[in-house]
Amino acid sequence: MTYWFAIVMGAALFTLMIPIVYRIWVGPTEFDRILGVNVIGTKTAVILVIIGTVYDRLEMFVDFALAYSLLNFVGAIVVSRYLNRTVSLKEMEARERKEKAKA
Amino acid sequence: MIGDAHQAMPVLGSMWEQADGFVALKLVGIGLGVVGLVFFLGAAVGMVRFPDFYTRMHAAGKGDTLSTMLMLAGFACVTMDDLSVGSWLLFIKIMAVVLFIYLTSPTSSHALMRAAFEDDEMPLTEEDLKKSKRKKRRGRK
Repeated sequence: MTYWFAIVMGAALFTLMIPIVYRIWVGPTEFDRILGVNVIGTKTAVILVIIGTVYDRLEMFVDFALAYSLLNFVGAIVVSRYLNRTVSLKEMEARERKEKAKA
Repeated sequence: MIGDAHQAMPVLGSMWEQADGFVALKLVGIGLGVVGLVFFLGAAVGMVRFPDFYTRMHAAGKGDTLSTMLMLAGFACVTMDDLSVGSWLLFIKIMAVVLFIYLTSPTSSHALMRAAFEDDEMPLTEEDLKKSKRKKRRGRK
């Protein structure tokens, strides 16, 4: 029963990931893409637990899931910081140009 | 009750016989997993259908966090075969992953929202909605 539950849950998760991959593919802004990558990365932790259940090695795969969710969090934070930083530098340059034009 | 199910539905009955451990706990786990799938369906539909980045982030942030937590808790219940030290350790480890996702997923959503807002990504306003409705009407005519 556990085995079939894990198989069905994994198949349903992969099926429901298709719309999110679509959003990553067409996403109008870069933030949509990062959001989709973040969602899929969070779900990968669940899929790792499912793989561990299927192969009866859950005590090993749970650690992988923990590490993967940690890396996912760090990746999202780093990407948002990076975009934020670059954009604010551009804004600062634009403001400086405006002030120079006024002066 | 289990014997009745075995007589009435042979397929389900064979599944009951294969099940080792606590059947009630497994049923609770399966219910949690199915509820998590429903929430993830909502998140996926919202990410495709919503018109704006912030509305999509609303769907993805909430639905993704809650569905991941529910599914992991369901698997923690399903894989608990006996009350030995090893299975308690697994349960606590999976619950640690749940706690970690509970703390970090809203945080990363907030950081992404902040980055998008400082990138002059403006939220959808009422005028934008009116414009898109006009466009749709023109397209239909």
